[in-house]
Amino acid sequence: MFTPHTDSEREAMLRTIGAGSIEDLFIDIPAAYRFPKLNLPPVLSEMEALAEAEDLAGANESARDLICFLGAGAYNHYVPAAVDALIRRGEFATSYTPYQPEVSQGTLQAIFEFQSLVAALTGMEVSNASHYDGATSAAEAAVMAYHHFREKRTRFVLSQAVHPQFRQVVRTYMQGYAGLEFTGDEPTVDPLATPDSLTKLIDSNTALVMVQYPDFLGRIFDLTALASAVHAAGSLLCVAINPTALALLKTPGEYGADIVVGEGQPLGIPLSFGGPYLGLFATRKELVRKISGRIVGESVDGQGRRGYVLTLTAREQHIRREKATSNICTNQGLMALAACIYLSLLGKKGLRQVADLCYQNAHYAAAQIAAIPGFKVYSDAPFFHEFVVCCPQPVEEINTHLLDHEILGGYDLGQAYPSLKDHMLVAVTEMNSRQDIDYLVEALKEVAHD
Amino acid sequence: MQVLANLKYSSTDEWVKMDGNVATIGITDYAQSQLSDIVYVEIKVSEGEKIEKNSPLATLESVKAAADVNAPIGGKVVAANDGLGQTPEMVNSDPFGAAWMVKLEISNPAELDSLMDAAAYEKYCEGRGH
Repeated sequence: MFTPHTDSEREAMLRTIGAGSIEDLFIDIPAAYRFPKLNLPPVLSEMEALAEAEDLAGANESARDLICFLGAGAYNHYVPAAVDALIRRGEFATSYTPYQPEVSQGTLQAIFEFQSLVAALTGMEVSNASHYDGATSAAEAAVMAYHHFREKRTRFVLSQAVHPQFRQVVRTYMQGYAGLEFTGDEPTVDPLATPDSLTKLIDSNTALVMVQYPDFLGRIFDLTALASAVHAAGSLLCVAINPTALALLKTPGEYGADIVVGEGQPLGIPLSFGGPYLGLFATRKELVRKISGRIVGESVDGQGRRGYVLTLTAREQHIRREKATSNICTNQGLMALAACIYLSLLGKKGLRQVADLCYQNAHYAAAQIAAIPGFKVYSDAPFFHEFVVCCPQPVEEINTHLLDHEILGGYDLGQAYPSLKDHMLVAVTEMNSRQDIDYLVEALKEVAHD
Repeated sequence: MQVLANLKYSSTDEWVKMDGNVATIGITDYAQSQLSDIVYVEIKVSEGEKIEKNSPLATLESVKAAADVNAPIGGKVVAANDGLGQTPEMVNSDPFGAAWMVKLEISNPAELDSLMDAAAYEKYCEGRGH
Protein backbone atom coordinates (compact mmCIF):
# COMPACT_ATOMS: atom_id res chain seq x y z
CA MET A 1 0.00 0.00 0.00
CA PHE A 2 1.18 3.51 -0.79
CA THR A 3 1.30 5.43 2.50
CA PRO A 4 2.66 8.89 1.92
CA HIS A 5 2.30 10.09 5.53
CA THR A 6 4.08 9.08 8.71
CA ASP A 7 2.21 8.56 11.99
CA SER A 8 3.56 11.82 13.38
CA GLU A 9 2.45 13.72 10.27
CA ARG A 10 -1.02 12.24 10.62
CA GLU A 11 -1.17 13.25 14.27
CA ALA A 12 -0.09 16.78 13.40
CA MET A 13 -2.82 17.05 10.77
CA LEU A 14 -5.48 15.71 13.15
CA ARG A 15 -4.36 18.22 15.81
CA THR A 16 -4.59 21.06 13.31
CA ILE A 17 -8.19 20.26 12.40
CA GLY A 18 -9.11 19.36 15.97
CA ALA A 19 -9.95 15.69 15.43
CA GLY A 20 -8.89 13.03 17.92
CA SER A 21 -8.42 10.17 15.49
CA ILE A 22 -8.94 9.15 11.86
CA GLU A 23 -12.16 7.35 12.94
CA ASP A 24 -13.51 10.70 14.21
CA LEU A 25 -13.50 11.95 10.63
CA PHE A 26 -16.26 9.47 9.79
CA ILE A 27 -18.68 10.18 12.65
CA ASP A 28 -21.18 11.74 10.23
CA ILE A 29 -21.83 8.25 8.87
CA PRO A 30 -24.24 6.39 11.18
CA ALA A 31 -22.31 3.81 13.20
CA ALA A 32 -24.29 0.90 11.76
CA TYR A 33 -23.10 1.75 8.25
CA ARG A 34 -19.50 2.54 9.13
CA PHE A 35 -18.14 -0.97 9.18
CA PRO A 36 -21.11 -3.13 8.20
CA LYS A 37 -20.74 -6.91 8.28
CA LEU A 38 -20.54 -8.01 4.68
CA ASN A 39 -22.44 -11.14 3.86
CA LEU A 40 -19.77 -12.71 1.65
CA PRO A 41 -19.60 -16.28 0.42
CA PRO A 42 -16.62 -18.45 1.42
CA VAL A 43 -13.28 -17.80 -0.24
CA LEU A 44 -12.93 -19.28 -3.74
CA SER A 45 -9.83 -20.52 -5.52
CA GLU A 46 -8.81 -18.67 -8.69
CA MET A 47 -10.17 -21.55 -10.77
CA GLU A 48 -13.54 -21.46 -9.00
CA ALA A 49 -13.72 -17.65 -9.10
CA LEU A 50 -13.12 -17.62 -12.87
CA ALA A 51 -15.82 -20.24 -13.43
CA GLU A 52 -18.29 -18.21 -11.38
CA ALA A 53 -17.42 -14.96 -13.15
CA GLU A 54 -17.89 -16.69 -16.53
CA ASP A 55 -21.26 -18.03 -15.40
CA LEU A 56 -22.35 -14.54 -14.42
CA ALA A 57 -21.04 -13.02 -17.66
CA GLY A 58 -22.83 -15.75 -19.64
CA ALA A 59 -26.15 -14.67 -18.14
CA ASN A 60 -25.88 -11.37 -20.02
CA GLU A 61 -27.31 -11.09 -23.48
CA SER A 62 -25.31 -8.53 -25.41
CA ALA A 63 -25.73 -6.92 -28.79
CA ARG A 64 -23.34 -9.58 -30.09
CA ASP A 65 -25.74 -12.40 -29.20
CA LEU A 66 -28.88 -10.64 -30.37
CA ILE A 67 -30.04 -8.83 -33.46
CA CYS A 68 -29.98 -5.26 -32.22
CA PHE A 69 -32.43 -2.53 -33.22
CA LEU A 70 -31.83 -0.49 -30.08
CA GLY A 71 -30.14 2.89 -30.41
CA ALA A 72 -31.35 6.06 -28.70
CA GLY A 73 -27.89 7.55 -28.35
CA ALA A 74 -25.60 4.50 -28.46
CA TYR A 75 -25.29 2.48 -31.65
CA ASN A 76 -24.27 -1.02 -32.64
CA HIS A 77 -21.58 -0.58 -35.28
CA TYR A 78 -18.84 -2.84 -36.54
CA VAL A 79 -15.51 -2.16 -34.83
CA PRO A 80 -12.54 -3.21 -36.98
CA ALA A 81 -10.19 -5.56 -35.11
CA ALA A 82 -7.29 -3.15 -35.61
CA VAL A 83 -8.91 -0.63 -33.24
CA ASP A 84 -8.72 -2.95 -30.26
CA ALA A 85 -5.31 -4.32 -31.21
CA LEU A 86 -3.81 -0.82 -31.36
CA ILE A 87 -5.42 0.72 -28.28
CA ARG A 88 -4.25 -2.28 -26.22
CA ARG A 89 -0.61 -1.60 -26.98
CA GLY A 90 1.15 -0.86 -23.70
CA GLU A 91 2.45 2.48 -24.93
CA PHE A 92 -1.14 3.69 -25.31
CA ALA A 93 -3.13 1.64 -22.81
CA THR A 94 -1.04 2.51 -19.77
CA SER A 95 -0.07 6.10 -20.47
CA TYR A 96 -2.25 8.64 -18.78
CA THR A 97 -1.09 12.17 -18.34
CA PRO A 98 0.67 13.82 -21.22
CA TYR A 99 1.93 16.75 -19.16
CA GLN A 100 5.52 16.00 -20.12
CA PRO A 101 5.70 16.38 -23.88
CA GLU A 102 9.24 15.01 -24.00
CA VAL A 103 7.95 11.55 -23.03
CA SER A 104 4.40 11.68 -24.43
CA GLN A 105 4.70 12.48 -28.13
CA GLY A 106 2.72 9.38 -29.20
CA THR A 107 -0.26 10.13 -26.99
CA LEU A 108 -0.15 13.84 -27.76
CA GLN A 109 0.02 13.26 -31.51
CA ALA A 110 -2.91 10.83 -31.34
CA ILE A 111 -4.99 13.43 -29.48
CA PHE A 112 -3.98 16.13 -31.97
CA GLU A 113 -5.07 13.88 -34.86
CA PHE A 114 -8.33 13.13 -33.02
CA GLN A 115 -9.02 16.86 -32.61
CA SER A 116 -8.28 17.48 -36.30
CA LEU A 117 -10.66 14.66 -37.32
CA VAL A 118 -13.46 15.94 -35.05
CA ALA A 119 -13.02 19.47 -36.37
CA ALA A 120 -13.18 18.24 -39.98
CA LEU A 121 -16.22 16.03 -39.31
CA THR A 122 -18.20 18.78 -37.57
CA GLY A 123 -17.05 21.62 -39.81
CA MET A 124 -15.77 23.54 -36.78
CA GLU A 125 -12.44 25.31 -36.27
CA VAL A 126 -11.31 23.73 -33.00
CA SER A 127 -11.98 20.62 -30.96
CA ASN A 128 -10.84 19.73 -27.50
CA ALA A 129 -9.18 16.47 -26.53
CA SER A 130 -12.63 14.98 -25.63
CA HIS A 131 -14.85 14.59 -22.57
CA TYR A 132 -16.21 11.57 -20.70
CA ASP A 133 -19.32 11.20 -22.83
CA GLY A 134 -21.72 13.16 -25.00
CA ALA A 135 -23.86 14.29 -22.08
CA THR A 136 -20.82 15.80 -20.33
CA SER A 137 -19.98 17.68 -23.52
CA ALA A 138 -23.53 19.04 -23.68
CA ALA A 139 -23.29 20.22 -20.07
CA GLU A 140 -19.89 21.83 -20.72
CA ALA A 141 -21.43 23.66 -23.67
CA ALA A 142 -24.02 25.18 -21.32
CA VAL A 143 -21.32 26.11 -18.79
CA MET A 144 -19.23 27.68 -21.55
CA ALA A 145 -22.14 29.73 -22.87
CA TYR A 146 -22.97 30.92 -19.37
CA HIS A 147 -19.43 32.17 -18.79
CA HIS A 148 -19.11 33.51 -22.32
CA PHE A 149 -21.84 36.02 -21.47
CA ARG A 150 -20.16 36.71 -18.13
CA GLU A 151 -22.99 35.06 -16.20
CA LYS A 152 -25.34 37.79 -17.46
CA ARG A 153 -27.54 35.73 -19.77
CA THR A 154 -29.53 33.20 -17.78
CA ARG A 155 -31.89 31.52 -20.24
CA PHE A 156 -31.10 28.17 -21.84
CA VAL A 157 -33.36 26.87 -24.57
CA LEU A 158 -33.23 23.09 -24.91
CA SER A 159 -35.09 21.31 -27.68
CA GLN A 160 -37.34 18.44 -26.56
CA ALA A 161 -35.63 16.39 -29.24
CA VAL A 162 -32.21 16.61 -27.54
CA HIS A 163 -31.37 13.29 -25.84
CA PRO A 164 -33.32 13.26 -22.54
CA GLN A 165 -30.20 12.19 -20.61
CA PHE A 166 -28.17 15.04 -22.12
CA ARG A 167 -30.81 17.47 -20.85
CA GLN A 168 -30.78 15.88 -17.42
CA VAL A 169 -27.00 16.15 -17.18
CA VAL A 170 -27.11 19.80 -18.31
CA ARG A 171 -29.52 20.56 -15.46
CA THR A 172 -27.47 18.62 -12.93
CA TYR A 173 -24.33 20.48 -13.94
CA MET A 174 -25.97 23.89 -13.75
CA GLN A 175 -27.86 23.43 -10.48
CA GLY A 176 -25.18 25.28 -8.51
CA TYR A 177 -25.80 28.53 -10.41
CA ALA A 178 -28.63 30.66 -9.11
CA GLY A 179 -31.38 32.15 -11.24
CA LEU A 180 -31.04 30.10 -14.40
CA GLU A 181 -34.00 29.24 -16.57
CA PHE A 182 -34.25 26.16 -18.77
CA THR A 183 -37.03 26.19 -21.30
CA GLY A 184 -38.13 24.54 -24.53
CA ASP A 185 -38.43 21.01 -23.19
CA GLU A 186 -41.32 21.31 -20.75
CA PRO A 187 -43.43 18.12 -20.62
CA THR A 188 -46.25 20.01 -22.34
CA VAL A 189 -44.15 20.61 -25.45
CA ASP A 190 -44.85 18.29 -28.37
CA PRO A 191 -41.77 16.09 -28.79
CA LEU A 192 -42.40 16.05 -32.53
CA ALA A 193 -42.15 19.86 -32.79
CA THR A 194 -39.56 21.17 -35.24
CA PRO A 195 -36.45 23.21 -34.30
CA ASP A 196 -38.03 26.34 -35.77
CA SER A 197 -40.66 26.20 -33.01
CA LEU A 198 -37.90 27.20 -30.57
CA THR A 199 -37.46 30.57 -32.26
CA LYS A 200 -40.20 32.23 -30.22
CA LEU A 201 -38.37 31.31 -26.98
CA ILE A 202 -35.11 33.04 -27.89
CA ASP A 203 -34.60 36.48 -26.36
CA SER A 204 -31.74 38.82 -25.47
CA ASN A 205 -31.31 36.97 -22.17
CA THR A 206 -30.73 33.63 -23.94
CA ALA A 207 -27.21 32.28 -23.56
CA LEU A 208 -27.57 29.02 -25.45
CA VAL A 209 -29.97 27.20 -27.73
CA MET A 210 -29.38 23.46 -27.97
CA VAL A 211 -30.74 21.18 -30.66
CA GLN A 212 -29.83 17.69 -31.83
CA TYR A 213 -28.98 16.74 -35.42
CA PRO A 214 -30.20 14.19 -36.36
CA ASP A 215 -32.50 14.65 -33.38
CA PHE A 216 -33.26 12.09 -30.69
CA LEU A 217 -36.13 10.81 -32.82
CA GLY A 218 -33.76 10.33 -35.77
CA ARG A 219 -35.10 13.25 -37.79
CA ILE A 220 -33.02 15.68 -39.83
CA PHE A 221 -34.00 19.34 -40.02
CA ASP A 222 -32.50 22.28 -41.84
CA LEU A 223 -31.05 24.53 -39.12
CA THR A 224 -30.59 27.67 -41.24
CA ALA A 225 -33.58 29.62 -39.91
CA LEU A 226 -32.93 28.61 -36.30
CA ALA A 227 -29.25 29.59 -36.56
CA SER A 228 -30.14 33.07 -37.80
CA ALA A 229 -32.73 33.55 -35.06
CA VAL A 230 -30.18 32.48 -32.43
CA HIS A 231 -27.53 34.81 -33.78
CA ALA A 232 -29.97 37.70 -34.19
CA ALA A 233 -30.46 37.51 -30.41
CA GLY A 234 -26.68 37.38 -29.92
CA SER A 235 -26.99 33.90 -28.41
CA LEU A 236 -24.91 30.78 -29.04
CA LEU A 237 -26.17 27.77 -30.98
CA CYS A 238 -25.13 24.32 -29.76
CA VAL A 239 -25.77 21.34 -32.00
CA ALA A 240 -25.57 17.82 -30.57
CA ILE A 241 -24.58 15.45 -33.36
CA ASN A 242 -24.20 11.82 -34.29
CA PRO A 243 -20.73 11.62 -35.85
CA THR A 244 -21.65 8.83 -38.27
CA ALA A 245 -24.49 10.90 -39.71
CA LEU A 246 -22.13 13.80 -40.44
CA ALA A 247 -20.46 11.72 -43.14
CA LEU A 248 -23.65 12.31 -45.17
CA LEU A 249 -25.10 15.54 -43.83
CA LYS A 250 -24.26 19.22 -44.14
CA THR A 251 -22.04 19.98 -41.13
CA PRO A 252 -23.25 22.05 -38.17
CA GLY A 253 -20.31 24.34 -38.94
CA GLU A 254 -21.88 25.19 -42.28
CA TYR A 255 -25.13 26.07 -40.48
CA GLY A 256 -23.18 28.48 -38.26
CA ALA A 257 -23.20 26.42 -35.07
CA ASP A 258 -21.11 27.96 -32.29
CA ILE A 259 -20.62 24.74 -30.35
CA VAL A 260 -20.91 21.14 -31.52
CA VAL A 261 -21.16 18.32 -28.99
CA GLY A 262 -21.87 14.65 -29.44
CA GLU A 263 -21.54 11.10 -28.30
CA GLY A 264 -18.46 9.65 -29.98
CA GLN A 265 -19.31 6.02 -29.20
CA PRO A 266 -20.35 5.20 -32.79
CA LEU A 267 -16.72 5.80 -33.83
CA GLY A 268 -15.18 2.42 -33.05
CA ILE A 269 -16.28 2.05 -29.43
CA PRO A 270 -18.35 -1.00 -28.44
CA LEU A 271 -21.69 -0.61 -26.64
CA SER A 272 -20.17 -2.23 -23.50
CA PHE A 273 -23.31 -1.90 -21.35
CA GLY A 274 -23.13 1.91 -21.41
CA GLY A 275 -19.50 2.93 -21.28
CA PRO A 276 -16.76 4.02 -21.37
CA TYR A 277 -17.94 6.35 -24.12
CA LEU A 278 -16.54 9.52 -25.63
CA GLY A 279 -17.63 13.16 -25.48
CA LEU A 280 -17.02 15.20 -28.62
CA PHE A 281 -16.69 18.97 -28.23
CA ALA A 282 -15.89 21.44 -30.99
CA THR A 283 -16.34 25.16 -31.37
CA ARG A 284 -15.27 28.28 -33.22
CA LYS A 285 -11.74 29.62 -32.81
CA GLU A 286 -13.04 32.79 -31.24
CA LEU A 287 -14.31 30.75 -28.26
CA VAL A 288 -11.21 28.62 -27.83
CA ARG A 289 -10.23 30.23 -24.50
CA LYS A 290 -13.55 29.26 -23.00
CA ILE A 291 -13.36 25.53 -23.84
CA SER A 292 -13.14 23.20 -20.90
CA GLY A 293 -10.75 20.27 -20.84
CA ARG A 294 -7.54 19.78 -22.67
CA ILE A 295 -6.36 20.93 -26.04
CA VAL A 296 -3.25 19.60 -27.75
CA GLY A 297 -1.41 21.94 -30.07
CA GLU A 298 1.31 21.51 -32.65
CA SER A 299 4.57 23.32 -32.04
CA VAL A 300 8.30 23.00 -32.72
CA ASP A 301 11.02 21.99 -30.29
CA GLY A 302 14.31 23.81 -29.65
CA GLN A 303 15.77 22.34 -32.84
CA GLY A 304 12.79 23.29 -34.98
CA ARG A 305 11.34 19.77 -35.13
CA ARG A 306 7.58 19.27 -35.11
CA GLY A 307 6.16 18.34 -31.73
CA TYR A 308 2.90 18.27 -29.78
CA VAL A 309 2.09 19.87 -26.42
CA LEU A 310 -0.88 20.60 -24.21
CA THR A 311 -1.76 24.16 -25.04
CA LEU A 312 -3.83 27.04 -23.64
CA THR A 313 -3.58 25.33 -20.26
CA ALA A 314 -4.05 28.58 -18.35
CA ARG A 315 -7.82 28.02 -18.79
CA GLU A 316 -7.60 24.84 -16.82
CA GLN A 317 -8.32 24.15 -13.22
CA HIS A 318 -4.79 23.17 -12.20
CA ILE A 319 -3.64 26.70 -13.01
CA ARG A 320 -6.77 28.78 -12.66
CA ARG A 321 -7.92 27.04 -9.48
CA GLU A 322 -11.15 28.53 -8.13
CA LYS A 323 -11.36 30.93 -11.08
CA ALA A 324 -11.63 28.06 -13.56
CA THR A 325 -15.01 27.79 -15.26
CA SER A 326 -14.94 23.99 -15.44
CA ASN A 327 -13.65 21.28 -13.13
CA ILE A 328 -12.53 19.13 -16.04
CA CYS A 329 -8.77 18.71 -16.31
CA THR A 330 -8.56 15.53 -18.31
CA ASN A 331 -9.95 13.76 -21.35
CA GLN A 332 -11.22 10.34 -22.37
CA GLY A 333 -7.81 9.41 -23.76
CA LEU A 334 -8.15 5.76 -24.71
CA MET A 335 -11.60 6.20 -26.27
CA ALA A 336 -10.44 9.27 -28.20
CA LEU A 337 -7.61 7.11 -29.49
CA ALA A 338 -10.11 4.41 -30.54
CA ALA A 339 -12.14 7.01 -32.45
CA CYS A 340 -8.98 8.37 -34.04
CA ILE A 341 -7.94 4.89 -35.21
CA TYR A 342 -11.46 4.06 -36.41
CA LEU A 343 -11.73 7.25 -38.47
CA SER A 344 -8.22 6.83 -39.85
CA LEU A 345 -8.91 3.21 -40.88
CA LEU A 346 -12.20 4.02 -42.56
CA GLY A 347 -11.16 7.30 -44.08
CA LYS A 348 -13.59 9.78 -45.58
CA LYS A 349 -14.95 7.23 -48.05
CA GLY A 350 -15.26 4.40 -45.55
CA LEU A 351 -17.18 6.47 -43.01
CA ARG A 352 -19.48 7.67 -45.76
CA GLN A 353 -20.04 4.06 -46.78
CA VAL A 354 -20.97 3.12 -43.19
CA ALA A 355 -23.36 6.07 -42.99
CA ASP A 356 -24.86 5.22 -46.36
CA LEU A 357 -25.44 1.57 -45.32
CA CYS A 358 -27.12 2.77 -42.10
CA TYR A 359 -29.32 5.12 -44.08
CA GLN A 360 -30.31 2.55 -46.73
CA ASN A 361 -30.94 -0.25 -44.20
CA ALA A 362 -33.00 2.03 -41.96
CA HIS A 363 -35.11 3.22 -44.87
CA TYR A 364 -35.69 -0.35 -46.02
CA ALA A 365 -36.72 -1.31 -42.47
CA ALA A 366 -39.03 1.69 -42.16
CA ALA A 367 -40.79 0.84 -45.42
CA GLN A 368 -41.25 -2.80 -44.39
CA ILE A 369 -42.55 -1.93 -40.92
CA ALA A 370 -44.90 0.72 -42.32
CA ALA A 371 -46.50 -2.00 -44.44
CA ILE A 372 -47.44 -4.11 -41.39
CA PRO A 373 -51.09 -3.53 -40.48
CA GLY A 374 -51.39 -1.80 -37.12
CA PHE A 375 -47.93 -0.20 -37.28
CA LYS A 376 -47.37 3.37 -38.36
CA VAL A 377 -44.00 4.91 -39.20
CA TYR A 378 -43.61 8.67 -38.72
CA SER A 379 -42.32 10.04 -41.99
CA ASP A 380 -43.03 13.74 -41.79
CA ALA A 381 -39.32 14.59 -41.87
CA PRO A 382 -36.22 13.01 -43.43
CA PHE A 383 -34.38 10.65 -41.09
CA PHE A 384 -30.96 9.06 -40.87
CA HIS A 385 -30.77 5.59 -39.30
CA GLU A 386 -33.43 5.83 -36.62
CA PHE A 387 -37.18 6.35 -36.86
CA VAL A 388 -40.35 6.43 -34.76
CA VAL A 389 -42.89 3.60 -35.01
CA CYS A 390 -46.37 3.86 -33.52
CA CYS A 391 -47.21 0.37 -32.27
CA PRO A 392 -50.52 -1.43 -31.73
CA GLN A 393 -49.36 -2.62 -28.27
CA PRO A 394 -47.19 -1.31 -25.44
CA VAL A 395 -43.54 -1.29 -26.52
CA GLU A 396 -42.49 -3.26 -23.46
CA GLU A 397 -44.73 -6.17 -24.48
CA ILE A 398 -43.51 -6.09 -28.06
CA ASN A 399 -39.91 -6.10 -26.89
CA THR A 400 -40.51 -9.11 -24.65
CA HIS A 401 -41.91 -10.92 -27.67
CA LEU A 402 -38.96 -9.84 -29.84
CA LEU A 403 -36.47 -11.00 -27.20
CA ASP A 404 -37.95 -14.49 -27.50
CA HIS A 405 -36.82 -14.28 -31.12
CA GLU A 406 -33.33 -13.16 -30.10
CA ILE A 407 -34.11 -9.61 -31.21
CA LEU A 408 -33.31 -6.56 -29.11
CA GLY A 409 -36.20 -4.23 -29.94
CA GLY A 410 -36.18 -0.45 -30.14
CA TYR A 411 -36.30 2.17 -27.39
CA ASP A 412 -39.62 2.71 -25.62
CA LEU A 413 -40.21 6.43 -26.20
CA GLY A 414 -42.97 6.51 -23.58
CA GLN A 415 -40.23 6.38 -20.93
CA ALA A 416 -39.01 9.86 -21.79
CA TYR A 417 -42.07 11.33 -23.53
CA PRO A 418 -45.46 10.48 -21.98
CA SER A 419 -47.24 11.64 -25.13
CA LEU A 420 -45.32 9.01 -27.13
CA LYS A 421 -46.69 6.05 -25.23
CA ASP A 422 -46.67 2.94 -27.47
CA HIS A 423 -44.04 4.54 -29.72
CA MET A 424 -40.82 2.71 -30.47
CA LEU A 425 -37.58 4.29 -31.67
CA VAL A 426 -35.99 1.80 -34.06
CA ALA A 427 -32.27 2.08 -34.94
CA VAL A 428 -30.76 0.29 -37.91
CA THR A 429 -27.04 0.18 -38.73
CA GLU A 430 -24.68 -1.58 -41.12
CA MET A 431 -24.79 -4.50 -38.64
CA ASN A 432 -28.42 -5.28 -39.60
CA SER A 433 -28.59 -7.31 -42.80
CA ARG A 434 -31.67 -7.38 -44.99
CA GLN A 435 -32.28 -10.85 -43.57
CA ASP A 436 -32.21 -9.45 -40.00
CA ILE A 437 -34.69 -6.75 -40.99
CA ASP A 438 -37.03 -9.22 -42.70
CA TYR A 439 -36.83 -11.39 -39.58
CA LEU A 440 -37.78 -8.42 -37.41
CA VAL A 441 -40.71 -7.63 -39.68
CA GLU A 442 -41.93 -11.24 -39.45
CA ALA A 443 -41.69 -11.12 -35.65
CA LEU A 444 -43.64 -7.83 -35.59
CA LYS A 445 -46.34 -9.31 -37.82
CA GLU A 446 -46.88 -11.99 -35.15
CA VAL A 447 -47.46 -9.18 -32.63
CA ALA A 448 -50.04 -7.58 -34.89
CA HIS A 449 -51.88 -10.88 -35.17
CA ASP A 450 -51.89 -11.65 -31.43
CA MET B 1 10.71 47.81 -10.89
CA GLN B 2 8.99 50.90 -12.17
CA VAL B 3 6.57 52.93 -10.06
CA LEU B 4 5.11 56.13 -11.47
CA ALA B 5 4.88 59.07 -9.09
CA ASN B 6 1.55 60.52 -10.22
CA LEU B 7 -0.54 57.34 -9.82
CA LYS B 8 -2.48 55.69 -7.00
CA TYR B 9 -1.98 52.00 -6.23
CA SER B 10 -4.00 49.16 -4.74
CA SER B 11 -2.69 46.35 -2.57
CA THR B 12 -3.71 43.94 -5.38
CA ASP B 13 -1.37 45.73 -7.80
CA GLU B 14 -3.73 47.83 -9.88
CA TRP B 15 -2.80 51.42 -10.70
CA VAL B 16 -5.23 54.32 -10.99
CA LYS B 17 -4.58 57.50 -12.91
CA MET B 18 -7.03 60.34 -12.30
CA ASP B 19 -7.97 62.84 -15.00
CA GLY B 20 -10.82 64.98 -13.72
CA ASN B 21 -13.30 62.44 -12.41
CA VAL B 22 -12.18 59.74 -14.87
CA ALA B 23 -9.95 57.00 -13.50
CA THR B 24 -7.77 54.95 -15.87
CA ILE B 25 -6.91 51.54 -14.48
CA GLY B 26 -4.24 48.98 -15.31
CA ILE B 27 -1.84 46.62 -13.56
CA THR B 28 1.57 47.62 -12.26
CA ASP B 29 5.04 46.81 -13.52
CA TYR B 30 5.51 44.73 -10.37
CA ALA B 31 2.38 42.68 -11.18
CA GLN B 32 3.39 42.02 -14.79
CA SER B 33 6.87 40.91 -13.72
CA GLN B 34 5.34 38.49 -11.20
CA LEU B 35 2.96 37.03 -13.76
CA SER B 36 5.71 36.74 -16.46
CA ASP B 37 4.70 36.55 -20.14
CA ILE B 38 1.06 37.52 -20.53
CA VAL B 39 -0.62 35.49 -23.28
CA TYR B 40 -4.24 36.49 -22.90
CA VAL B 41 -6.27 39.45 -21.71
CA GLU B 42 -10.03 39.44 -21.43
CA ILE B 43 -11.72 42.69 -20.44
CA LYS B 44 -14.84 41.62 -18.57
CA VAL B 45 -16.76 44.89 -18.54
CA SER B 46 -18.20 47.06 -21.27
CA GLU B 47 -18.96 50.74 -21.75
CA GLY B 48 -21.90 52.01 -19.73
CA GLU B 49 -21.68 49.31 -17.07
CA LYS B 50 -21.69 50.35 -13.41
CA ILE B 51 -18.89 48.73 -11.45
CA GLU B 52 -18.47 48.39 -7.72
CA LYS B 53 -15.17 48.52 -5.94
CA ASN B 54 -13.41 45.10 -5.97
CA SER B 55 -15.54 43.64 -8.76
CA PRO B 56 -13.62 41.95 -11.60
CA LEU B 57 -12.59 44.14 -14.55
CA ALA B 58 -10.40 41.75 -16.52
CA THR B 59 -8.77 38.34 -16.52
CA LEU B 60 -5.13 37.85 -17.41
CA GLU B 61 -3.40 34.64 -18.33
CA SER B 62 0.32 34.25 -18.33
CA VAL B 63 2.34 31.18 -19.22
CA LYS B 64 2.19 30.15 -15.59
CA ALA B 65 -0.85 31.68 -13.92
CA ALA B 66 -4.24 33.27 -14.33
CA ALA B 67 -5.21 36.39 -12.43
CA ASP B 68 -8.18 38.70 -12.09
CA VAL B 69 -7.87 42.45 -12.26
CA ASN B 70 -10.33 44.01 -9.81
CA ALA B 71 -11.68 47.51 -9.67
CA PRO B 72 -9.73 49.48 -7.02
CA ILE B 73 -12.62 51.98 -6.99
CA GLY B 74 -16.22 51.97 -8.18
CA GLY B 75 -17.76 53.89 -11.07
CA LYS B 76 -19.26 53.78 -14.53
CA VAL B 77 -17.22 52.32 -17.40
CA VAL B 78 -16.57 55.02 -20.01
CA ALA B 79 -14.01 53.04 -22.03
CA ALA B 80 -12.63 49.50 -22.15
CA ASN B 81 -9.40 48.62 -23.93
CA ASP B 82 -10.79 45.60 -25.78
CA GLY B 83 -7.95 45.81 -28.31
CA LEU B 84 -5.60 44.59 -25.60
CA GLY B 85 -6.94 41.09 -26.25
CA GLN B 86 -5.09 41.14 -29.59
CA THR B 87 -1.84 42.43 -28.09
CA PRO B 88 -1.56 40.91 -24.60
CA GLU B 89 2.23 41.31 -24.62
CA MET B 90 1.68 45.08 -24.14
CA VAL B 91 0.89 44.32 -20.49
CA ASN B 92 4.53 43.23 -20.12
CA SER B 93 6.12 45.92 -22.25
CA ASP B 94 4.01 48.97 -21.38
CA PRO B 95 1.94 48.27 -18.25
CA PHE B 96 1.39 51.94 -17.40
CA GLY B 97 0.71 53.10 -20.96
CA ALA B 98 -0.72 51.12 -23.86
CA ALA B 99 -1.88 48.35 -21.52
CA TRP B 100 -4.46 50.44 -19.68
CA MET B 101 -7.57 48.32 -19.26
CA VAL B 102 -10.60 50.31 -18.21
CA LYS B 103 -11.58 53.96 -17.73
CA LEU B 104 -14.18 54.66 -15.06
CA GLU B 105 -16.15 57.76 -14.25
CA ILE B 106 -15.78 57.46 -10.50
CA SER B 107 -18.78 57.63 -8.23
CA ASN B 108 -17.17 58.09 -4.84
CA PRO B 109 -13.89 60.09 -4.81
CA ALA B 110 -13.44 59.16 -1.13
CA GLU B 111 -12.58 55.62 -2.27
CA LEU B 112 -9.32 57.03 -3.65
CA ASP B 113 -8.14 57.69 -0.11
CA SER B 114 -7.85 53.96 0.56
CA LEU B 115 -5.24 53.61 -2.20
CA MET B 116 -1.48 54.00 -1.79
CA ASP B 117 0.72 56.69 -3.29
CA ALA B 118 3.86 55.75 -5.22
CA ALA B 119 6.18 55.82 -2.20
CA ALA B 120 3.88 53.66 -0.10
CA TYR B 121 3.37 51.17 -2.95
CA GLU B 122 7.11 50.91 -3.58
CA LYS B 123 7.66 50.15 0.07
CA TYR B 124 4.77 47.67 0.01
CA CYS B 125 6.35 45.78 -2.91
CA GLU B 126 9.78 45.74 -1.26
CA GLY B 127 8.12 44.19 1.78
CA ARG B 128 6.99 41.34 -0.44
CA GLY B 129 10.55 40.28 -1.18
CA HIS B 130 11.52 42.52 -4.07
